[in-house]
Parts: sequence; C-alpha cells; structure tokens
Amino acid sequence: MNARQGFIGQSVERREDARFLTGKGQYTDDISLPGQTHAYFLRSPYAHARIKSIDVSAAAKAPGVVGVLTGDHFKAVGGLPCGWLINSLDGQPMKEPKHPVLADGKVRYVGDRVALVVAETLEQAEAAALLITVDYDELTPVVDALTAPQIASSVHDEAADNRVYQWGIGDKDGTAAAMATAAHVTTLTYRNNRLIPNAMEPRCANAQYDVNADNYTLYVSNQNPHVERLLMCAFVLGIPEHKMRVVAPDVGGGFGSKIFLYGEETAIVFASKLLRRPIKWTSSRSEAFLSDAHGRDHATTVSLGLDKDGKFVALQVHTTANLGAYLSTFATSVPTILYATLLAGQYATPKIWCAVDAMFTNTAPVDAYRGAGRPEATYAVERIVETAARELGIDPADLRRRNFITSFPYATPVGLTYDTGDYEATMARAIELADVAGFAARQAESEAKGLKRGLGYSAYIEACGIAPSSVAGALGARAGLFEAGEVRVHPTGKVTVFTGSHSHGQGHETTFAQVVADKLGIPLDDIVIEHGDTGKVLFGMGTYGSRSLAVGGTAIVKAVDKIIAKGKKIAAHLLEAADTDIVYEGGEFKVAGTDKKVPFAAVSLTAYVPHNFPHDKLEPGLNENAFYDPSNFTYPAGTYICEVEIDPATGHVRIDRMTACDDFGNVINPMIVEGQVHGGLAQGIGQALLEHGVYDSVTGQLLTGSYMDYAMPRADDLPSFNVETAKGTPCTHNPLGVKGCGEAGAIGSPPAVINAICHALGVKDVPMPATPYTVWKAVQAAGH
Amino acid sequence: MGMQITLTVNGTSVTRETEPNQLLVHFIRDTLRLTGTHVGCDTTQCGACTVHVDGKAVKSCGLLAAQAQGRSVTTIEGLAAADGTLHPMQAAFRSCHGLQCGFCTPGMVMSAIDLVQQHGCHNETQVREALEGNICRCTGYHNIVKAVQQGAAAMQA
Repeated sequence: MNARQGFIGQSVERREDARFLTGKGQYTDDISLPGQTHAYFLRSPYAHARIKSIDVSAAAKAPGVVGVLTGDHFKAVGGLPCGWLINSLDGQPMKEPKHPVLADGKVRYVGDRVALVVAETLEQAEAAALLITVDYDELTPVVDALTAPQIASSVHDEAADNRVYQWGIGDKDGTAAAMATAAHVTTLTYRNNRLIPNAMEPRCANAQYDVNADNYTLYVSNQNPHVERLLMCAFVLGIPEHKMRVVAPDVGGGFGSKIFLYGEETAIVFASKLLRRPIKWTSSRSEAFLSDAHGRDHATTVSLGLDKDGKFVALQVHTTANLGAYLSTFATSVPTILYATLLAGQYATPKIWCAVDAMFTNTAPVDAYRGAGRPEATYAVERIVETAARELGIDPADLRRRNFITSFPYATPVGLTYDTGDYEATMARAIELADVAGFAARQAESEAKGLKRGLGYSAYIEACGIAPSSVAGALGARAGLFEAGEVRVHPTGKVTVFTGSHSHGQGHETTFAQVVADKLGIPLDDIVIEHGDTGKVLFGMGTYGSRSLAVGGTAIVKAVDKIIAKGKKIAAHLLEAADTDIVYEGGEFKVAGTDKKVPFAAVSLTAYVPHNFPHDKLEPGLNENAFYDPSNFTYPAGTYICEVEIDPATGHVRIDRMTACDDFGNVINPMIVEGQVHGGLAQGIGQALLEHGVYDSVTGQLLTGSYMDYAMPRADDLPSFNVETAKGTPCTHNPLGVKGCGEAGAIGSPPAVINAICHALGVKDVPMPATPYTVWKAVQAAGH
Repeated sequence: MGMQITLTVNGTSVTRETEPNQLLVHFIRDTLRLTGTHVGCDTTQCGACTVHVDGKAVKSCGLLAAQAQGRSVTTIEGLAAADGTLHPMQAAFRSCHGLQCGFCTPGMVMSAIDLVQQHGCHNETQVREALEGNICRCTGYHNIVKAVQQGAAAMQA
C-alpha cells in the first residue's frame, strides 16, 4: 500500500489541543462528585519496620472524619498482583510475597501505605492522620541490590536472601567458549541509575459506589483502564468485573508510571463501598516521589569479545536489578524479557549470554519507565561497543558497520526475530545531519577556548508492541497482548471509533482519526476517537511499550476493513451488482469499470433504514469490532549522535548537538512523531546528565524527594534537537507498516551522551548522571 | 475562620469566602472551579499553576487567596476571545505542537505571555532561561521554545 497518501503522512494539527490550551481538559483531579470526600494516606517514615500496633481511635473522632482504614481491613482481600511470572534458572518460580493494599504488620519502604483516612476535606483528613499512633519496631533496611543477599535482614520472610529470581537467557557455555577465543575483550562495570518518572500530573483517583445499582465507578489517571479493572476486580477486591467502570479521562503524562495497579486507588474503591461516599485521592508531588513506581536501577557488568578484525564474537552480561520492596505490576518482566532480549542490538553477535539477579530492597517498587528494559539494554550494548572501538583505535561508526545485521529476517541469539531494518541508512544519515565531518574543526575551536569537545554514537534497536500473546504467555506473561478496536458508523455516515489504546499525550485522537479518514475516504471532522472508558470501549490493553499505533491502530484498521466489506455487500444490493464487482475508493462504493456508485453515507443510511436491504444475507447496522494480536514485535531502530562541550574547570557538560535519525517504518503524523522523539531525548539526556533517585545507604530515606533535590530537565538544560525520521523500512507484519516511536528517544540517547563525554575527556567511563561534580572528578582523575 | 475576598477573575468581579491559609491555586480550582490551572508539585517549582496577577505571571501556589484581594487575576480560561479565537500564544503552541499531555501547558502559556509582555521578543537562549521555572516532561521543550518565539512574533505584529 502507499501509506503516504491523503491524511496519512501529514502533520495534521492536534484535535485535542483546543481543550488543553483553553483550560478545558478534564483530568481526574478536575472531577468532583456530589458528596465528595477526600483521602489522605498515612505513610511509613521508616524504610523497614514491624508495626507493633496502630491506634486510630483519636483520628476516627477528629472533625470531618468519615472513616479510617488500616491493613486489618484488607486481610481478607488479595494482594496487588504481579503480571509476569519469571522462573529462575533452577526452575523455581520467582519469589512472590503478597503486596498488601495497606501495610500488613510490616512496612517495607519509606512511603509504604499504613492507613487511609477519609474526611470531608483534605485538610481534615491530613490533620486526623497526624492523630494516628503507630508503634514501629525498626529493622535494618536493605537499600542496595548488590549487597542485598549478604545483609542479615530480609525484606520478605519468603525470600531470606532478598532474591526474587536468578534468571538467564542465551548460550552460557557457548558464550564463554567464544569469549576465550577473542582477540580483544572489553569490559565495563556500571550502574544504570534509578529514575523517578514524574509525569507532570500526579496520580489521582476518585471512586464512587452506587448502592442502588451495586456498582462502582473509578476515575483514575491510568494508561490502561481495562487492565486496571481486571486486576483490581479479579485479583484483589473480588468485585464482579461488570460491576465496575473505570474511566481514565485526560491523563497528564504516564511514561509507564500509570500502567500499574497501585494500592491507593484500590484502597479507595474498597472504602467507597464501606463508607458509602465518593472518595478522591490526589497524590502530592512529595508522595509521588515516594510512591510512584521508579525506573531502571541496574548494576551491570558487560564484556564484549572481538576477533582480530573487529568482529564481535561474544557478549556476556550480568545484571543485578533492584525491584524495590514489592513486585509492581510488570516489574519482573523489565530486567528480563524487555531487557536481555535486546542485547543483540543492531549487531550480528553470534553468542550472547545474560544472567540477571533480581532483588528485593527497602525502596519504592521499580517497574517500567519509558523504554522499560530497552534503555538498559541499549546502554549496555552501545557503551561497550563504543568503548571497544576507542580501545582498539577503530572509528566507532566503522566498528558498528563491521558488525551490523544486514539481512532480514534475523533471529538473534536472545530470542527475537527482527523482521526488517536498514541500520547503515540511519547511521549514514545521522552522520550527515550531525556534521561529523566538521567535528575536528569544532574540537579545535573548543580546545582553543580551553574546553573539551567529544562526540558519541548510539545505534539503538528496540522492540515495540510486545507480542504475540501466545509467545508472551509461554514466557510468563499473565495477560494478553492484543488490542481491541470498534468502528461505529452512524446512520448519517459519521463515525465513532473506540480504541483500547489510551492517549496521555500521544495525540491518538488525531493520529487514529487520520488513519480512519484515509481508509474510509471521509473528512477528519466526521470521525471521533473515544478511549479511556471501560463503559464505552469494548476492551483494551492500553498504552505502553510504544504499542498504540502498531497494535491498537491495526485493530482499528481491521475493523474498518470489516466495515468496508459489509458496505460493499450493501452497495452491491443497491447498485444491483455482484459483491465482488464493488470497489471502495474516495468515500464511494463503485461498480468496477462503470460509473455506477453510491457514497459511504448512503450505504450507512441504508444499513440503519433497511427498507431496500439484502435481509437474506446481512443483518442491519454498520458497526464492527476487531481484536488484533500481532505475530511479532516491531523493531524501530536508528542512530543518535551527541556532541558535548565540557568545561574542565567546572565539569559542566553542554550538549552542543543532539542528532537523532530514526526508522519508525511508515509515519502517520510526522509532527507528532518528532514530538515523541523530542520528549524521549529529554528524558534520556535527563538520565545521562541530571536525574538520580537516591536513597540514604544507611537509613533508606529517599534523599531526592522533591524538585529541589531531583534534577528534572528544564528548558535551559537542553539544546534544540536535530531530529529526522528516515524514509524507513516499513514493518512487515502490520498493515500500516508502522513500528512505534514513543520510547526511542529515551532508549537511544543516554549512551550517546556518555560516549561523547568519555570521548571528550579520554576516559573509559563516567557514571550517570554525569553531573558537574562527577565530570569534574573524572577530569581530575584523568589528569587534565 | 472564613473571610471574604473580592477580586477580578478573567475580567469579572467575584466575591467569595476563603480561609486565611487557602492558597490562590486552590481558590481558583476548588472555589471558582476553574480547573485549567494545575497543581504539579508542592514546592513552587513546576509552574503548572502559573496565572497572571495584575498582568504579571505568578505561581498561584505561592500566594494566599487573601493576597489577591482587590487584584486582577487572569487564568488560562481567560485568554481566548469571547468568540473562541485563541490568544496568539495559545495558537502558536498549537501550530508548533508545543504541548502533548497538556498538563503543564496552561502554566507554560501564562509564563510565555508574561515573558513577551515584560521583555519583548527573545532569542532561543533567553526563552529557555525564562522558562526555567516551568517544567514539562513530555515535549523536551524543543517545540515549546519554537512556540514561544512564534507567539511572541504574533503578539508583537
């Protein structure tokens, strides 16, 4: 198909912007229900302690208090489930202790939920919470994953050595044997720093129980409302699924942190029935730092073996992953299935082995954050490749070229099969865009000013739209990985599309409408996209892993195809022709080779006013749905080049150029796609230079708990970006030929930045985040 | 102890009860139900709550409602013309794709307008420095900077 006709491929301005720009967006906290009460969670001040007793009697009598709940209220319900079972190398299932809705006898991280106070106002709830007396018996906290097995303290009794699992993938013995033959081995040991997601809208939920209908409505800032409902109903609270409606209205960013089922919304749903009042909870930013699922936090050693010609012979990786105090919804899949399977990168490395030890610690749960495993994999691969190139005196781009995968499909040694790609093309274009040829002259100019200039590459690959369900299930997934869509054609030919994908900034209301408008040949204004409401949308797995267009968009396309197929039969009847003679183009059903035709709206009207209708063959109406379960992942890839200028006197790193050339396959809306890359780049640069979630190594207190301690990238920390989407290699297994673009920037950029800094300073490694102090220390150590 | 304040909000005089400890942002959101002004932090850092008080950008979480007595407050809801025509800065954010999730957007637009009104048109470096008090997690600021420059040009045209 030609994917670049009509609306597809056009930078159509976003339809959702009108409400956001005028203050008419409707985020969860903007919703206030009749009889609204407000929730406040009393949280643990300790990283690790036994709860000897809780006395809520004074709080319960405080002004305005409607109810106080503790862990005792939730003893009879389930724990928050983990959605991915990982088995250890010895065949044992991962340790999976209960993740209680409210702490049950023990607190396991600073910010763990101890009690829920519901009151007429938030101020009353907060004041009453101060009256709760909790008698804690402090325990030794487990803070660092690397030392977790040795500490004489266990986060959970079920895991005495604090190990969740010990997992591996690839050919262990073959990799060791190949490594022994290598002419050169490069090794790096580093930390992939803990990040705190910080969507600008703090998490929020508002739960209402209708006693007459015996049903619940939950408004929640969430990326996948059907999954939220399924997990909460079936695994925790035992609420019949059809008695719960979950609405995720406008959501102010997610980046993964709003995929998960959290205890806060679960607790207020439970309490809304108990107290017979609607209950709203809005996270403060301070609570968000403590209690949103964090990201990354790996400790890794990676070795790359090369032969005398610079060909990779083996890659060996060991990672210790900090999963925090409890297993968050998809935590266990991130350092395994979403990480180690990407370690081939863009290279034909014949032997790979990766072992992963996952640990419980007394820190906030760690789960998927923009990229989820793939940034960690890309960091391992692209840092070790660049380091090997520098050690061997080979141009880093040239070393990559020698090892690029060039023939597709390509089955990697770590379980994936890449369907298509052209890595040389994106690298060549990135080198042009970044003016690598002019680097030496710029470097000389910097040197003349007493500054250090460096250039770093990163040739990333990622896997989007995790699938198919059957394979994922065999790998431990406890959920399906399809998407659902419904196309409802109204009698007048107007169309409402319902998608199980969820937009929290991605612009689906625009992009998806472009796809449908093109397919149906009707105006954009005739199409509305509905999402985020289990009461409207038939089902959905939601938005994460850059899956929305590749999986959710394809489900819509399949439903549109069914609409057209049925429309052809109706048109054939109206035009007195055979079904097979009808073609659909430009919004009209035509008898091929004749001038006989009938417009889309006439067919839709006939479907709903079926006077002259083929009742013997068809049911009236024009409404179709489709479920799409992809046959493979999609594999976006590209090359990023970062050029930095460093002041050795201060250690300050200025990114002079950040170039990204991505192959996303076909592109529906280039403006939106570039915007996604910009945002990803900012988060990746944030990881490389600024952001770090730090816990005190002794007390387990979060030291970076506000915007004054946690360095969010701000406008003056970042450069303008040089972003180009390559003409690309369309995905071979979805009809739109699209791959996904939401995470690439965050995946590709951190190693490019660190590679550039290392190049500038002539050092092997600089830890992330490369703050001025860290860089200054590296400058001193290098003797500049 | 409640108290009464009178102020002008988006051109209309309003008189409402407030508490001495009520922040202006909560007065705007909860009392007036103008929910376009957002709360993104609790340390006066993120700028999502930025409004104009007497024509200057102010983080409304850093001011008590009582301090707005007798003053003129403009929120994001008060920018577009009565017929719905967007303010040039709003229009620039739309045409430059300067927003994604939309949560920081109201504060960002209010700060951007203030920047232009106080200091005129700016180069990229100056725009970036001026927006240092407004955090966006979605856009990487690239298109916000473009939008502010385009909006500034339109405001001064």
